[in-house]
Amino acid sequence: MTTAASFQIEYLQFLDPQGKVVNSLPAFAKDAAKLVELYRAMVLMRTYDAKAIALQRTGQLGTYASMLGKEAVEAGIGAAMAKDDVFLCTYRENGVQIMRGVTIQELLLYWGGDERGSDFAVPRKDFPVCITIASQCLHAAGVAYAMKLRKQKRAAVCMIGDGATSKGDFYEGLNAAGTWQLPLVFFITNNQWAISVPRATQSAAQTLAQKAIAGGVPGLQIDGNDVIAVHHAVTEALAKAHAGGGPTVIEAVTYRLADHTTADDASRYRPPEQVADAWKREPILRLRNYLGETGAWDKAREEALLKQCNEQVQAAAQAYIDTPPPPPEQMFDHLYATLPAAYLAQRAAIVGK
Amino acid sequence: MAQITLVEAVNLALHRAMADDGDVVVLGQDVGRDGGVFRATLGLLDKFGPERVIDTPLAENLIAGASIGMAAEGLRPVAEIQFSGFSYTVLDQILNHAGRLRHRTRGRLSCPMVLRTPCGAGIHPPEHHSESPDAMFAHIPGIRVVYPSSPKRAYGLLLAAIRDPDPVIFLEPTRLYRLFKEEVADDGQSLALDACYTLREGTDVTLVSWGAMIYETLQVADELSEQGIAAEVIDVATLKPIDFDTILASVAKTGRCVIVTEAPRHCSIASEISAHLAEHGLLTLLAPVLRVTAPDVVVPLSRLEHHYLPGKAQITAAVRKVLEFA
Repeated sequence: MTTAASFQIEYLQFLDPQGKVVNSLPAFAKDAAKLVELYRAMVLMRTYDAKAIALQRTGQLGTYASMLGKEAVEAGIGAAMAKDDVFLCTYRENGVQIMRGVTIQELLLYWGGDERGSDFAVPRKDFPVCITIASQCLHAAGVAYAMKLRKQKRAAVCMIGDGATSKGDFYEGLNAAGTWQLPLVFFITNNQWAISVPRATQSAAQTLAQKAIAGGVPGLQIDGNDVIAVHHAVTEALAKAHAGGGPTVIEAVTYRLADHTTADDASRYRPPEQVADAWKREPILRLRNYLGETGAWDKAREEALLKQCNEQVQAAAQAYIDTPPPPPEQMFDHLYATLPAAYLAQRAAIVGK
Repeated sequence: MAQITLVEAVNLALHRAMADDGDVVVLGQDVGRDGGVFRATLGLLDKFGPERVIDTPLAENLIAGASIGMAAEGLRPVAEIQFSGFSYTVLDQILNHAGRLRHRTRGRLSCPMVLRTPCGAGIHPPEHHSESPDAMFAHIPGIRVVYPSSPKRAYGLLLAAIRDPDPVIFLEPTRLYRLFKEEVADDGQSLALDACYTLREGTDVTLVSWGAMIYETLQVADELSEQGIAAEVIDVATLKPIDFDTILASVAKTGRCVIVTEAPRHCSIASEISAHLAEHGLLTLLAPVLRVTAPDVVVPLSRLEHHYLPGKAQITAAVRKVLEFA
């Protein structure tokens, strides 16, 4: 027998869990100001995340999906995308959304049960949160097809989790991205858990990145707790997409430090030692260590940043709480461009209720 | 003006829409080189090229889901699912996304897409090629469901569906694809959506139908006319939302109504129309509203197909029953 095809999956990491540089840094990472910018974004995300959980626990927010532990993934992607790229996301991607201009007030409105939270002022072409698993992989293929058809220098970034790679929608979208050579980046956050189902139960594949190979698409695996690796990989993938080079799959290995959502209790299905161990590799600590080592960060700056983030999040939370609910007839008002005559009576019956 | 079949009218409308609007793209399995298994997309590839006439990988959910992404970016995708029996896999995309994108984003994004699929029994095909999913699609909020019954209406309604700013499921009666011809002017004129079409006026009984069953319903009306019974025939045409005003006005005139569909009875569009007449037209009715439908069974393979589809005899019997009621 001879070999019909072979592949290898590369792994990318620049900062180890202690914040030590283990690989020659890409150009952007030699600019301390750029890394500080990413760090500040990550701290804001974590502050927002904690506030959202607190609001839910006190009955002021609906079910919320925490992004604790994936701040590097969020910041790396958010900083790498161009303004007129299109972002398609799951419910655990508020960090990227914040970096793209969605306000914390809008995000809290969404989680608070108000559709107006997805009518964000910017970016107007980004998709709303997709709750059904992997469906957005197909939307992303269509978005990227439209960009390619119109010869635009834009790309789509589609985020999914490890569980989503088990679904046909992911494979159908990936396959189309390959065959049509679309300007599309599939970013898999492998946080080891799909609610209670661990990564090993999800797939026998050694890496999730290698699923890309079946669609004729290059795939790589990165350390998802290393913001330099995330930012570098996504920047390269987007540059390739913008230049007509086609799609890329990136698998970021990280860990879901939180429950699946506020409606979940992860202690029912995973050992506390595992979570404690994962905390040693979390993304914010290692970047802070590195920035501290290089002299770009210190305690005073940290305290000032925390204060600033708390104030910003608090103000946004208050603005959310102060937003009155929409009138009930709003459930009719964006169902169609123009509400068909057949539904006018149903709408009239709810006005003023 | 040319005499053409219903499938040729679909093809004509697609040519017209693509020529008029550079944002219109056609996608589906075999829609390019092959021109579609029914030839509905014949000639489009040569005229508009492979970027706008897209032979997709064999993945129905991709066809629907990619259409949603294209539509959100401002294209006007017209997707083909080869047979409606293969459309069930796309229910997730249509229900969870196409019908909700505008609502979910308060109008920031919208989904002007058309999903075309051949529907109905009577062409002796293999299993899964004879389905009637009209009621299933019509249950989905935020979309339109359109089902033409003649070449003229196929042309005008398809143009309307493509130009509509919201998602439209466009069901095509396979049995009528080549059953008869009609003069169709390629004038680019669309027909009204959300409107019933009164195909024949009458004062004694209202016959309501859509899709391929319009064909037998009109034949029955002709036969009744020879016996001195004037039947009004209404083609519902848009199954979601339904123009109930036209149906109610007709029944107010005739006092009697028979609804004819080839879909199974339970939770059918016929049930919805019947319920609406009970709620809003009770005092105008002189007899119970009757439904002529397929039975609540799996569509049989070809040997029993003719026992499954309602025929002229059943429609006539139902009309007799409502006329003789009082």
